[in-house]
Amino acid sequence: MIQLPQYLLDVCRLSVSYGKVEAVRDVSLHVDRGQIVTIIGPNGAGKTTLLSALMGTLPSHGEVFYDGAALAGTEIEDRVERGLCLVPEKRELFADMPVADNLLLGAYTRRHDAAHVRRSFELVYDRFPRLKERRGQLAGTLSGGERQMLALGRALMGEPRLLMLDEPSLGLAPLIVREIFQIISSLRELGVSILLVEQNARAALETADYGYVLETGEISLEGKASDLIHDARVTATYLGGHD
Amino acid sequence: MDIQIASILAVDGIATGAIYVLIALGTVLIFSVTRVMFVPFGDLAAYSALTLAMLQTGQLPGTVMLVSVLAGIALLMELTSHLRAGKAAKIPKAILYYGILPVLPPLIAWLSQGTVLPFWAQMLLALALVLPIAPLLDRIAFRPLADASVLVLLIVAVAVHFAISGLALLFFGPEGYRTEPISRAIFDVGGVIVSAQTLLVVLAAAAFSGLLYLYFERTISGKALKATSSNRLGARLVGIRPQVTGTIAYLLGGLLGGVSGLLIGPVATLYYDSGFLIGLKAFVGAVVGGLASYPLTALGAIAVGLLESFASFWSSQIKETIVFSALIPILIWRSLAAPQHEEEEEDIA
Amino acid sequence: MSAPVLSPRVKRLLPWIVAAFIAVVPIFAGAFTITLMNYIGIGAIVALGLVLLTGFGGLTSFGQAAFVGIGAYAAAWATAVMGLPPFAGLALALALTAAVALFLGATTLRLGGHYLPLSTIAWGIAIYYLFANIPSLGAHDGIRGIPPITVFGLSLAPNTSIYYLIFALVAEAMWLVSNLLDSREGRAIRSLRGGATMLASVGVDLFRMRMLIFVFAAVLAGLAGWLYAHMLRFISPSPFDVRASIEYLLMAMAGGAASIWGALVGSALVVFLKNWVQDILPHLSKNATQLEIVAFAVSLILLLQYARGGVLSLLGTFVPRDTTLPPAAATGLPHRTPPAKGSEILRVEGVTKRFGGLVAVNNVSFDLQAGEILGLIGPNGAGKSTLFNLVSGALGINSGKIVFLGEDMSNARQMDIARAGLARTFQHVKLRPGMTLVDNVLLGVYIRTQAGFGKCLLHLEREEERRATRVALDALDAVGLGGKAMELAGNLPLGNQRVLEIARALAADPILIVLDEPAAGLRKGEKDALAVLLKAIQARGVSILLVEHDMDFVMGLVDRIVVLDFGSKLMEGTPAEVRASPAVQEAYLGGVA
Repeated sequence: MIQLPQYLLDVCRLSVSYGKVEAVRDVSLHVDRGQIVTIIGPNGAGKTTLLSALMGTLPSHGEVFYDGAALAGTEIEDRVERGLCLVPEKRELFADMPVADNLLLGAYTRRHDAAHVRRSFELVYDRFPRLKERRGQLAGTLSGGERQMLALGRALMGEPRLLMLDEPSLGLAPLIVREIFQIISSLRELGVSILLVEQNARAALETADYGYVLETGEISLEGKASDLIHDARVTATYLGGHD
Repeated sequence: MDIQIASILAVDGIATGAIYVLIALGTVLIFSVTRVMFVPFGDLAAYSALTLAMLQTGQLPGTVMLVSVLAGIALLMELTSHLRAGKAAKIPKAILYYGILPVLPPLIAWLSQGTVLPFWAQMLLALALVLPIAPLLDRIAFRPLADASVLVLLIVAVAVHFAISGLALLFFGPEGYRTEPISRAIFDVGGVIVSAQTLLVVLAAAAFSGLLYLYFERTISGKALKATSSNRLGARLVGIRPQVTGTIAYLLGGLLGGVSGLLIGPVATLYYDSGFLIGLKAFVGAVVGGLASYPLTALGAIAVGLLESFASFWSSQIKETIVFSALIPILIWRSLAAPQHEEEEEDIA
Repeated sequence: MSAPVLSPRVKRLLPWIVAAFIAVVPIFAGAFTITLMNYIGIGAIVALGLVLLTGFGGLTSFGQAAFVGIGAYAAAWATAVMGLPPFAGLALALALTAAVALFLGATTLRLGGHYLPLSTIAWGIAIYYLFANIPSLGAHDGIRGIPPITVFGLSLAPNTSIYYLIFALVAEAMWLVSNLLDSREGRAIRSLRGGATMLASVGVDLFRMRMLIFVFAAVLAGLAGWLYAHMLRFISPSPFDVRASIEYLLMAMAGGAASIWGALVGSALVVFLKNWVQDILPHLSKNATQLEIVAFAVSLILLLQYARGGVLSLLGTFVPRDTTLPPAAATGLPHRTPPAKGSEILRVEGVTKRFGGLVAVNNVSFDLQAGEILGLIGPNGAGKSTLFNLVSGALGINSGKIVFLGEDMSNARQMDIARAGLARTFQHVKLRPGMTLVDNVLLGVYIRTQAGFGKCLLHLEREEERRATRVALDALDAVGLGGKAMELAGNLPLGNQRVLEIARALAADPILIVLDEPAAGLRKGEKDALAVLLKAIQARGVSILLVEHDMDFVMGLVDRIVVLDFGSKLMEGTPAEVRASPAVQEAYLGGVA
């Protein structure tokens, strides 16, 4: 019998430096299969840097195991092919291409399987009817919420196993934030594991199973999301516990 | 100048412009996908014409040696980089892509030496011989500099032009060549004499521009190219490898350059170094489109052809000066039309 | 890393040792070596211009040989055709190259990176064909019978005589450029490559800066052309084609594109290499001249692939960095008249900014009074940074009005807003990591000093420079970095880098400082120190606009708060009012129920 590695993502003592400035220091964390794990923390704590290092867009020190295999030395594209997918803070959409083409390219790694591509389109259009309405529109002309939906949709087209979301609520109205988080928790049904980086601590902790608090590049606190949400230190700093 | 002369010059200018269209489109294509201003582009056109001419006169074309030498260097670089990284598993693929595929056309040319190939086969062989040059140059000169600024890439591109044009002299010799015309028919269109060759040039340019358009709009591979130029990081995040799209862009560019060479071959006597000026004139056309817009690039290239045709009527001696001086008003217009935002150029060192 | 092996004293003596060596070369060297040395000197002058242009300014020209040609042809035409004295030819050569460069620069320098270099190729070719086709310039045959230069009746016809003139001019040019780089304008030039956004924010006119170095590099090339014409006494078009331009570029890159000495070293390398290649190649092929360019092109490619810093950067670790403080005057520079406390400094009226379909800032209005600290808060992505960039002029507005000190500054250029008295910091710190702390802060003093390009070249602005240095050192003291003045900014930890940006802003003697998330990434202790510093700045009468995400940090510091949410203003009030507002709680703290 083949034994599955325990964690889908296992990060051991990861550090990232910009020149002489160490932005992330000795961070260890893991994501179980089917779990939503969140990393919360203030601006500049190194959250985006951490995700970039996991995706391979920034060089880092330390060990990262994905599905039991070390990620060191693999290219971004290899990681994408293995089902690791990042929706970055800046979305990085193809602004001068239509919505439908953005989605189509999301399935680039599965492009030879026409049935898969068709299924993915159905799934994404089903979850994001707005994208279906706007499929002919250029991505650059979408509103902030629609852009985030497109970025999520594009990521789902590739059938990711671990989806890393960088600030999905960024710049969105509360109503849309709610919608986005509902979609995120519904992704669990698809068997997608999620690593969620958020400013919006309350929404993130309400959605996630497990949480880490990142401060000035280091993990200062971790625990079950349901525990963290009541933790005095978290409420004081991130949940507005002044009143 | 009467209407008669003007119309002759116009026909001539459009035919020249049509050739610049293909080269200018290729330049924009490669630039937008790879950020490399591929200066040796015009050289590819010259090499395909010279290759065809040498095939027609029964000589072994210089491209046979040129491609073999480049493939050898590229294979060597590929092997050492894999061995150094300890990725021996990638070696068979490297041998296929750099050691076997590029040298197939030279091999065919070498084996078919002495047999008289039909006209169309000569053209295809000439194209096939030119096709590997751009991707090989990419591997040799540009890929080790993937992280470099546009400026460094440009300096390298200019250096690459001088390096291969020097090699071209070695392999092609200093003589000029002119190829057999594809057709010698001549039409009288409303009092203006138009040769079938001219018509063919314009039709081919239109057909290839159309094919390029279809490729971008209808195929996922074309869309991946567009995505790479639209957002490089975004493309990588969906699994598109810029190295692969880059190679495709160089192949397509090589095809456009090669075709344009086959089209000019019968119209002008070309030398090993004629390509540089052709490429730069196409660049003047591409500037009209801001190095981004394909339709504007095509219009600009036609305009350069017309300008050159009329300039040579006024003064054949300083027509080059006139054509290149046209950059000034174009650049002024571009800086007014699209003021550049301050871009943060990364450090050279 | 090996330790520096040269003591600072030896380093200071080095130029004199090189000069002495060059001076005695004619005593023992043969005529052929002298000729090679002459070519090295002429090449070094051209390469020096490229070092300034490419190594420091981040611009490149493939047309330097054409400028050399313009200089040479001007000299030849003035003397051999018109019979004027060589120094009249020199004036013509310099004026003509400057005029052509000015025209070319005006058309291409406003455009992005690759337009300039490619246009210079096209221009190089156009000018080459012009030389080769104008009968009065001898067309392809060129111009013969150019007289030698005479200095005080002494003819410089012999190679050893013009040798001294050439190297005197090399030394002169190197002196000028080193003066320039160590000056107000020079600091801006040294920041052009990679620091454009920051430069605009401290009030530097980037276009003017680029134009100045482009024209200066061309004038150096023109000077080299004048020397060339009088050294050879005969010229033809071919030494001025694009190939020659590549050689000059190779010289600049080979020596070290970011070093003055790189020009001389690179020129020597290329000239000796070329000579060696010319000896060898004829044995290998009958097309030797062609292979020469192949050899050069290939070495340039290899150089860029493997040693982008040039030969000197390989030796760089052996030369110590100068860590002595620059001289400072007792008093700094005059201050602006501050506005009366409580008067209106900044008024933002119904400002809207759209990016494509995204409304980033929607009809936002607020104002700011003298002496106030105003906080601009809101959740991530609420449009704070965009609004900030609108106020500082980094972005243009779609509608509305921004009034600074009573003047309408809607869509004004960033440098004009900076000059009016607004200084800023950046969310992602924008410092010059390779420059010292003093030099970084001196960039902030730029708008308070006047010395132009000419004065900087000749170092006639030393008094002003000493006063500026005083201002910079005081600003460093004020933020608590006084003891690290000669360290490199890139070696500081993030907290210190943020504070250094504030010192740079402070040194500009601003009316208003706008700070973009100054506390992001700071530790608790660092945040507290920063708050104390900002209070101290306020006490000096400087107003502060603060964009910040950290609520705690803002609440204890500011007088008033404007809350943004989803691009619109949610509310405005005192920290207590804002804290009590349920709407702010909902929007800011994340209210997914």
